[in-house]
Amino acid sequence: MIEVNDLSVTFRHAGHIIPAVRGVSFAVAEGETFGVVGESGSGKSTILKAIAGLVKADAPSLKINGQSLGLTRSKADRYLMQFVFQDPYGSLHPRQTVDDILREPLLIHGVADAAEKVTVALGDVGLLPLHRFRYPHQLSGGQRQRVAIARALILRPRILLLDEPTSALDVSVQAEILNLISRLRRSYQLTSILVSHDLGVVAHLCSRIAIMQSGRLVEVLDVDSLRRGRAKQAYSLELLSASRGFSRSPS
Amino acid sequence: MSQSPLLEVEDLSVSFPGRGGITRAVRNATFSLGRERLGIVGESGSGKSTAGRALLGLVPPPGIVTAKRMSFAGLDLISLRDVDWQALRGRRISMVMQDPKYSLNPVIKIGDQVQEAYRLHHRSTSEEARRRALAMLDAVKIRDPDLVYHFYPHQLSGGMGQRAMIAMMLIAEPDLLIADEPTSALDVTVQNQVLRILDDLVTDRGMGLIFISHNLTIVSSFCDRVLVMYGGRIVEECQANALQAAKHPYTRALLKAAPSLDHPLTELAVVKRNPEWLL
Amino acid sequence: MSSPLDPPSSEMQPSLRQWLTSDAPASRRQAMLGNFYRAVVTLCSNPAALTGLLIVLTLILIAIFAPLIAGHVSPIHQSLADRLAPPSSLYWFGTDELGRDIFSRTVHGARVTLTIVMLVSVVVAPIGLAVGLLAGYLGGWVDAVLMRITDIFLAFPRLVLALAFAAALGPGIENAVIAISLTAWPPYARIARAETVTIARSGFISAIVLQGASTWRILFRHIMPLCLSSLIVRLTLDMAGIILTAAGLGFLGLGAQPPTPEWGAMVSAGRDVILDQWWVATIPGIAIFVVSLGFNLLGDGLRDVFDPKST
Repeated sequence: MIEVNDLSVTFRHAGHIIPAVRGVSFAVAEGETFGVVGESGSGKSTILKAIAGLVKADAPSLKINGQSLGLTRSKADRYLMQFVFQDPYGSLHPRQTVDDILREPLLIHGVADAAEKVTVALGDVGLLPLHRFRYPHQLSGGQRQRVAIARALILRPRILLLDEPTSALDVSVQAEILNLISRLRRSYQLTSILVSHDLGVVAHLCSRIAIMQSGRLVEVLDVDSLRRGRAKQAYSLELLSASRGFSRSPS
Repeated sequence: MSQSPLLEVEDLSVSFPGRGGITRAVRNATFSLGRERLGIVGESGSGKSTAGRALLGLVPPPGIVTAKRMSFAGLDLISLRDVDWQALRGRRISMVMQDPKYSLNPVIKIGDQVQEAYRLHHRSTSEEARRRALAMLDAVKIRDPDLVYHFYPHQLSGGMGQRAMIAMMLIAEPDLLIADEPTSALDVTVQNQVLRILDDLVTDRGMGLIFISHNLTIVSSFCDRVLVMYGGRIVEECQANALQAAKHPYTRALLKAAPSLDHPLTELAVVKRNPEWLL
Repeated sequence: MSSPLDPPSSEMQPSLRQWLTSDAPASRRQAMLGNFYRAVVTLCSNPAALTGLLIVLTLILIAIFAPLIAGHVSPIHQSLADRLAPPSSLYWFGTDELGRDIFSRTVHGARVTLTIVMLVSVVVAPIGLAVGLLAGYLGGWVDAVLMRITDIFLAFPRLVLALAFAAALGPGIENAVIAISLTAWPPYARIARAETVTIARSGFISAIVLQGASTWRILFRHIMPLCLSSLIVRLTLDMAGIILTAAGLGFLGLGAQPPTPEWGAMVSAGRDVILDQWWVATIPGIAIFVVSLGFNLLGDGLRDVFDPKST
């Protein structure tokens, strides 16, 4: 369903040229959850942002359902894909209630029955009516992330892009949110791309995982191989062993 | 482990009075520490960082610190004045913090910061201090210490910055190091390098280490003993290698909540918070 | 837990206070009112801010009820036999060089002061906000052009430009307002631009962009409300400066024209006799001081309410 062909993103700032993503290609089947892992500077988040149109790729490299997408996204594309950000504290407007935040996409696109749709959305992500008119600072991190997910899903997109959705959350809250995402992708029939630095998280949700290093795609593994440590590239093996925790044995 | 404990804490409580009432960040924490590695694990709001700061007298006002007993190598910490705290910090108890971006002075060169940490507590010439700073940078496995000595913090990667921070905090040879999430801001491959350096230094110098973290995996593999905190209380205390046999339901739930590579689950265990745990 | 609002809140039904501070609001109106209530409580718990608020409210009340408070004594009625009379039970603040009651003139002068301050605010804040929003969000040449225009206006010293205007257009309150506004708006554009640049980078703005919002919607529905708090604080703190500039213009004979009682003009009129009949210049001077102080204290308090850094 999603085809990324030779995607490159180069940032130019004050005379510096930074190749954040270099010639990355992969495909995601319909209904699949595809993982992208890497360390900081690997370009994993940039790939997601380029797909969403938040940053401009160097050249059009994206096909969705066979149709090529340009460098920018139109208003209609917003029905196609939505985004969940990493930071639950920064991704909600501080002066708007949960109700305002969830209504906004409906108002922008002139969708009818906004109030009802908001009620349904809140229920889907496990929030209660008492949360509806709270401001973000009156919610916990997990609750804010639920609002962010509800907002992403309220337009019923086909594709969900998740950028480290649980990295800023405590382990126990992370478990709840991961369970939620797992449930929702089935009930909303979503095709997703999940970016994370945490191999455990990615292995839990994804069927295939791309490993990124310094802007390049190192290899793509299916989740079984990932769990068994059957990677071909040296960097992948390094990443896998580092994820297992600290060991005193000489490395 | 040496005979007499390095640190003895009994009924440590830290409260913050505020408009909505009093927030009790740490409640009746009791533990002791020898020359060993003690991990304190908890989620946000558990009080672990506040407890660490209380041990250094760094709880910001309007926080109130009380304890039946809080002594370090026989010295009573509760009645210390500011002057005494200054003599203690860095020299006998040190703290490494989470993000070197924020904990290193951005306008002073690395080498100068490290040597300043030495000169605060030892009379020496600047030549001598410089020599020691270079030796310390070498001890934390920074290649080309002569070069890095003249770098500013923003020129260092996260891992190097954290190693510089460790150098700064260990140069005066403290007996106790408190590390508050020292590797949380680092990439996973770098984390283990930094942990290894910390491990070697702590072993070589016979120091006590308190390792505060939210990451149970790292703490259980790095430390000798583990304390689990929830809502300001210590709910579990056990040997690190015996964590799987933990008794408190919160600890058991926490162990099962993290998605692991080795044990695939369709649904992750969710911590059912029992209000009784807060009593 | 007592709140500094205890006396009035015991008159409020307990259910109203609960409704306002409920953590499960049932409507947007309840949520907004709750927020507003919390802001007011925070403001009033700061004694300096509360003082400032009271001074400003008093100013507004005096301006509205001026004729009543002045006891229906005319501020422009001259009584030459009683000129330069000291404060007494008949003339509470004495009389000026034309025998006009200074108390009445001071009270009515509050109207003039408030008028000038309101007019300037209403002109300056929207212009500054619009310029700043567009410059900050659109960037590029729009930003460059707008900021250079801002720089040009910033280069003029306020009083000098006002003098120029008065010379060109003639003296009077409206022209004084125009003159002050022309030099007062640039800082607001700068503040709005700085805030916009920071806010535009936030996750929630990216989220709104991703939902397909148009630029106008983003600017006016999402970014503008966040800029307002800095602007309000700056405006309140600036009020003192505006009052002093207007008083300065009045002092130079360029603002309100006689016989309109304007505090600055009153100070000017009294400067010849300041040593012997101190009340003629000093009373309006004290009024200017108290009101400026009030706005400053209120502005500081508002800044703490909108942007608490103490916790």
